[in-house]
Amino acid sequence: MNVQVKAIEVGDDMPVLELPPISRTTLALFAGASGDHNPIHIDLDFARGAGMKDVFAHGMLSMAYLGRALTEWVPQRQILSYGVRFAALTHLGDRVRCSGKVVEKLEHAGRPCVRVQISATKATGEITLAGEAVVAVN
Amino acid sequence: MIDKKFIGYEVPPTLWDVEKGRIRFFAEVIGLTDPIHLDAAAAKAAGYRNVVAPPTFIFGAESDSGVLMKLLDTLEIDLRKVLHGEQRFDYHAPVCAGDTLRFQTRVTDIFDKKGGALEFVVNDTKVTNQLDEHVADLHSVIVVRHA
Repeated sequence: MNVQVKAIEVGDDMPVLELPPISRTTLALFAGASGDHNPIHIDLDFARGAGMKDVFAHGMLSMAYLGRALTEWVPQRQILSYGVRFAALTHLGDRVRCSGKVVEKLEHAGRPCVRVQISATKATGEITLAGEAVVAVN
Repeated sequence: MIDKKFIGYEVPPTLWDVEKGRIRFFAEVIGLTDPIHLDAAAAKAAGYRNVVAPPTFIFGAESDSGVLMKLLDTLEIDLRKVLHGEQRFDYHAPVCAGDTLRFQTRVTDIFDKKGGALEFVVNDTKVTNQLDEHVADLHSVIVVRHA
């Protein structure tokens, strides 16, 4: 359930979203659903040919999960900007954990906003994605 | 090495139709249950034209419209060496089922690190729709591994 965005304050945490372990099925379905057909995520032969031991998750799958964490917290139309850096690969069996924290109030395109630092991590604590979202609070 | 003459290269613009079933499929795969992605009546009640695409949906749409493969072919980049380095979206208007998106992608920088072992291609994409609304801007960094 979305929060009242006007009530968001610096220091608030975005509710944590924990996902089930990454499976080959999820990667195949995400390739089809997203339109990102890079075979390195779905074709073991291709992945090995590229020097990988196995297929690995689309970075955009974790970014989609983080986006889900955001829109389950605030209404989607309040999200003005959302960006990440991909810091490490997410492998089969990894459990993606999405979290975020409000770090600053600012104006963006003339609207009062907050900056939310967000990240996806593995169960080991390793950060796979790190970035920020700008969320309007009016 | 990627030829730096491609800084400024513009991929021929592509059009892509946003389908309701595709939005639902995407939402279901990532576990989104908000009816604004699944049910047209719920989306309309929330003030949208039709079911609304989740925030990162337009990245796959751009890829599906052929932009990425055209870019890799033109710059002669081997897909096996490609990793995604960064991705950002700046949102200006919602993307809904029934929309036709237009992607205009431009290479804005090419640089390397570690003596050329890693190359970086920076792309910026302007996304507009059939109403001539500026929907979003995408900023992507592709990493090419030569190690």
